[in-house]
Amino acid sequence: MIKALLFILWISFLSLPFMGIKGALFLLFGISFAYGIFLAVKKSSIIFKEVKMPGISYEPRILYIVIFIILLALPFGLKDYYLDVVILAGIYIILALGLSVVIGFCGLLNLGFAAFYAIGAYACALFMTKAGLGFWGALPLSILITMISGFILAFPALRLHGDYLAIVTLGFGEIVHLTLNNWDSLTHGPNGISGITVPFIFGFALGSLSHYYYIVLIFVLAAIFIVRRIYYSRTGRAWLAIREDETAAEAMGINTTKYKFLAFAFGAFWAGLAGALFASKMRFVSPESFTFMESVFVACMVILGGLGSIPGVIFGSLLLVVLPEALREFQLYRMLALGTGLVLMMVFRPQGLIKPKTTINHRGH
Amino acid sequence: MILEVRNLTKAFGGLKPVEEVSFRVMHGVILSIIGPNGAGKTTLFNCLTGIYSPTKGHVLFEEKDVTGKKPYEVTAKGVARTFQNIRIFGSMSVLENVMIGQHTRSKEGFLSAVMKTAKFRREESEIKSKAYEYLEFIGIADYADADADSLPYGDQKRLEIARALATEPKILLLDEPAAGMNPQETIELMKLINRIKEWGKTVILIEHDMKVVMGISDRIIVLDHGVKIAEGTPKEIQNNPDVIEAYLGKEDIF
Ligand SMILES: Nc1ncnc2c1ncn2[C@@H]1O[C@H](COP(=O)(O)OP(=O)(O)O)[C@@H](O)[C@H]1O
Ligand SMILES: [Mg+2]
Repeated sequence: MIKALLFILWISFLSLPFMGIKGALFLLFGISFAYGIFLAVKKSSIIFKEVKMPGISYEPRILYIVIFIILLALPFGLKDYYLDVVILAGIYIILALGLSVVIGFCGLLNLGFAAFYAIGAYACALFMTKAGLGFWGALPLSILITMISGFILAFPALRLHGDYLAIVTLGFGEIVHLTLNNWDSLTHGPNGISGITVPFIFGFALGSLSHYYYIVLIFVLAAIFIVRRIYYSRTGRAWLAIREDETAAEAMGINTTKYKFLAFAFGAFWAGLAGALFASKMRFVSPESFTFMESVFVACMVILGGLGSIPGVIFGSLLLVVLPEALREFQLYRMLALGTGLVLMMVFRPQGLIKPKTTINHRGH
Repeated sequence: MILEVRNLTKAFGGLKPVEEVSFRVMHGVILSIIGPNGAGKTTLFNCLTGIYSPTKGHVLFEEKDVTGKKPYEVTAKGVARTFQNIRIFGSMSVLENVMIGQHTRSKEGFLSAVMKTAKFRREESEIKSKAYEYLEFIGIADYADADADSLPYGDQKRLEIARALATEPKILLLDEPAAGMNPQETIELMKLINRIKEWGKTVILIEHDMKVVMGISDRIIVLDHGVKIAEGTPKEIQNNPDVIEAYLGKEDIF
């Protein structure tokens, strides 16, 4: 409680230079008020838990079906602008799921994940504009190239642990970004690559927003499905064991090097897919979409949602894509808010918004 | 003979925590390694299990040279261990911890997991039911679904034993399993180690509690400053003046 109040004071103090005294005071009271509500809700939800609500026992399956129908119907009910945001959120869910395999499952702090996203996007753009491939031909090749680059980074990086690994991956991210910016003959430098065509299916152009929505939706569902299946398998357990205690994992018979490679490659797979989807959705790629901040942004999605929790990653991605769009006017404070959110999280809920389910009843079949 | 150690030396710069140590371990015995703190017992375990690569000498498991093999390779051959400082997978469930032990004894990979093939499901349920059996053997099956780090200290140590057993080892290395346990738990532990022996497994035990060591060991090795200063039956060790002198300098330790 006191910790919380001190914290709010500190945040308000930090915001002083940006917002002036009035703004800071407003923030101070605003957050305190919100915190009060949060505490009240928390109290009442404890009460709710004790009072078992009779009658409302639904099958989770029904909930999934309802969500699925809503997802299918979404393009009919949403304005283009919102649909655009939803598509972007979908691409980020795929990307964040990939990073969640690396950071959340296997415990390898990768701060250059945007590099793989960039490689996927640029590979797709180049295959389509320079090699004349269609999207469906370029997609698997882009993913393959991204995975190979994942292997290339993994070789030097996996000898390192913790902070050192974070620094090397960060460096890798910067190298890729610089290369994209400066290799004019291939990437057109800061101007980027335009003229990427839309995907075709049986000669039918999938160019409209709702087409993209459904394409992305299919891939998001596939990503969730596959990552979930792996999470609940021998491979997933091996990753978690490495995250929990690498020495013990190896003593239990896990080839840690192999499984770390696998995590890097599997993560890169999704980054490559997300990158290719992004390139074809935007019809344009440029280095500024793949900066260090992008890596941090995706890492925040994974960490905010709850390390190692698949629903958490989905929730974190939605939150971090939708919230800034909803609060457009506060664009300036986006990074400040993100930082504040993360610090708050580490203080009050270090396990993330959604705690991963690891007990066997949940992980069982 | 299941394990043979020949002139094993581990050096960290000038420091030699293990120096020219040789011994043999017969099938199905309980061998204890004792010695004061810093004598090199844990370092010896680390050399036997591949966590450290020895500077000199050889480790032979079932007549085959395993010196310098990786820990996961050694485990696959049938050597399992617990750690002096608890190293469980804290945020995984108790049952999952033991399921991890089955890693080398199972093989279903990526694709079959995504497809959830019949083989995959069969293997998973086999892993799970075996893990339950090990938990029951150790006596903590009631906690199967709990987060591992929510267990009391003594049960965490026993969980490590269950996890090590789940790798289906021929030889089990226990590093101070009784440390931090109360007398009741210690007695339970001794019974447990005897049951593991009756099960046909070989046990190497590092332990400070002399009641445990003298009570269950078939043979004892004494290390001091990295050097083996004595080996024999509990009786022989208790009457060995070198041991009494080197170990604590007092006669009433046993
Ligand atoms: N990785 C290491 N690097 C340097 N010194 C080590 C290392 N591991 C162990 N030692 C040293 O080896 C000696 C023996 O340690 P250890 O094997 O843990 O003793 P014991 O288990 O018998 O108490 C100690 O002096 C310890 O500091
Ligand atoms: Mg020790």
